[in-house]
Amino acid sequence: MSELTHSEHRDYTGSKLGMWLFLFTEILLFGGLFLLYAVYRAVHSQEFHRAAAGLSTTLGAINTLILLTSSLTMALSISALRQGKRNASIAYQAITIIFGLAFLVNKFFEWSGHIHEGLYPNSPHLLSRSNGEVLFYGLYYVMTGLHGIHVFIGVVAIAIMASLTVRGSVSDENFNKLENTGLYWHLVDIIWIYLFPLFYLIT
Amino acid sequence: MEEQQGHTGSARNYVAIWLALLTLTGITITVAGMRLGAFSMFASLMIASIKASLVLWFFMHLKYEKKLFKLMFLIPVATLFVIIGFTFFDIGFR
Repeated sequence: MSELTHSEHRDYTGSKLGMWLFLFTEILLFGGLFLLYAVYRAVHSQEFHRAAAGLSTTLGAINTLILLTSSLTMALSISALRQGKRNASIAYQAITIIFGLAFLVNKFFEWSGHIHEGLYPNSPHLLSRSNGEVLFYGLYYVMTGLHGIHVFIGVVAIAIMASLTVRGSVSDENFNKLENTGLYWHLVDIIWIYLFPLFYLIT
Repeated sequence: MEEQQGHTGSARNYVAIWLALLTLTGITITVAGMRLGAFSMFASLMIASIKASLVLWFFMHLKYEKKLFKLMFLIPVATLFVIIGFTFFDIGFR
């Protein structure tokens, strides 16, 4: 009944429901790519093993560490805001942004390394290798690239939330937007949780 | 506004989940290094799913959500199972 006394109507559950529905479409988007990966790996398992040897497990593990920790700081920023600790929440959001950017910088160096070795889509060096290896690197670039775009969008979204928190329109009474941004960020983390073993841990 | 007061886990709880996620990452790297063949893929997918569940359940607050949210999440999961499962029926028997 509290809506009657508030001038602004907020549908907290509805907004969260909408966000989850959007996340489902994201799961199915990546799901299609995982399906492609699974089929090609089943058909070309030896070539996938050979191609995966070109990826650095260390770099992948560092990026996993970064994203898992950024998920922690994201969750902490929401619980801090809900407890009314606005500055702590802004600090946690800033740390999350830094982790997101660190992930992308790491990815940039990783991709530069591959491109330097001549391993990029349609490169003469890659085309001289077996079909399975061409498919592996194609999927690698598409899937980690699409994931990287999601990390970038997440960073932008968190930056907007941080500025809204500073201005006070995201607050302990209205943290809905920040929570939905957090849901997006965690989903991006979950996708990486699957990408990491599938690309970096085939030995 | 009552529903906004719902419990969503303490900071200590979040740190514990984070440590569990790091430990599982360590385990999956170790298991992959042991070269267990076909079991390796199965093990890494199982560990990834445990990690994903921890993120969903605690970081994404699914644990504290209404039943509707929990049930709804089964839809994309079931869809993926059907799509991937049926494709492998095709691939497996060619």
